[in-house]
Amino acid sequence: MLPPASVPQLMKLKMKLKQLEGLLGSVQQFENPKIEFEQYPTGPHIASRLLFTAENSFGDVRDKVVADFGCGCGTLGLAAGLLGAEHVIGLDIDAESIEIASSNAEELELDMDFVQCDISKLRLSDQVIDTVVMNPPFGTRKKGADMDFLSMALKVASRAVYSLHKTTTRDHIKKTALREYNASSAEVLCELRFDVPQLYKFHKKREVDVAVDLWRFVPKDKQGKQL
Amino acid sequence: MRLVTHNMMSSNIKGVANGFPLLIEAAQVVEKEVDFNADFLKNIFARIEWKALVEASKTMGYSELLDNVESSMLDSEEFLRKFHHALLEIHLEEGALVCPETGRKFPITKGIPNMLLHEDECTVFVLTGHDLYHSCGTPGVLKALSIAVY
Repeated sequence: MLPPASVPQLMKLKMKLKQLEGLLGSVQQFENPKIEFEQYPTGPHIASRLLFTAENSFGDVRDKVVADFGCGCGTLGLAAGLLGAEHVIGLDIDAESIEIASSNAEELELDMDFVQCDISKLRLSDQVIDTVVMNPPFGTRKKGADMDFLSMALKVASRAVYSLHKTTTRDHIKKTALREYNASSAEVLCELRFDVPQLYKFHKKREVDVAVDLWRFVPKDKQGKQL
Repeated sequence: MRLVTHNMMSSNIKGVANGFPLLIEAAQVVEKEVDFNADFLKNIFARIEWKALVEASKTMGYSELLDNVESSMLDSEEFLRKFHHALLEIHLEEGALVCPETGRKFPITKGIPNMLLHEDECTVFVLTGHDLYHSCGTPGVLKALSIAVY
């Protein structure tokens, strides 16, 4: 058993993967998922691994400005906050999701900012955000939705973009990121199984098991102002 | 919404050339304490649009930031404390962000700005069916514009 510790205490220690996953397990998920936005919860298993890798292998989280694109109930952004990100912004099109995410943040004693917006129509500075984390819509309902997210993420992030995409789209993602979206590298860190529970009526099987790649993209250097 | 977030956002309405910085209408401002992190501040200083931060913090009732700053001031803890407070501890809780060019208001409720655009405010970059779909995403608009194009 883990010793009981408050969240701020845990954050000062180096958090273990299992502790992170445990904390994220308490996060509230969508009450009424909306099919038009492809709202699938990002499970604590995947979220904890994504952020844990970003921090422990690449140093892309602690003391950084992290944006969670299409944050939904906030799981990835919250994980970034738990791992010591200085400022976390969750962006989502859906007010209800942001409300849940916001109360999740409160529950975990994390300060997060939220913006209700359409990711594909954003105008964001390419200077301030270090790292973008996202579990984009896979584009099964709106074709290309995941690519809109990726394109925007690579425009605004200055260090790295972490994202999940269907394994079946691997070649396409790599080519497009490198050739069209300003990525200097695009690397699959691992392959995960994404359990999509039967949220929607059109799902025939009880649980749909999708193979998903965890990607790390590095944007090319931006011509930013220097000190 | 904190001012670090304000500092990275622009108005995204179609046809707006310079949508930065968004003006602030502050109906309610709250302050929340955040741990002071000097390294973070030193690191992010060069990436912040200083003038926008100064103006925004003034609108929110905090006028301790100097208009002209240089990187040597980062050695002063007094300066860093003020920078820290303006950037991370002042929250715009209720009010609006206003597009500097068109005056269009984006309401802020419970600290969350709503930047969603109406259909006729969406940017259309290239007039192909594909792009129309992606720029506005609403079949109604797609249909209307398609007729205009073809």
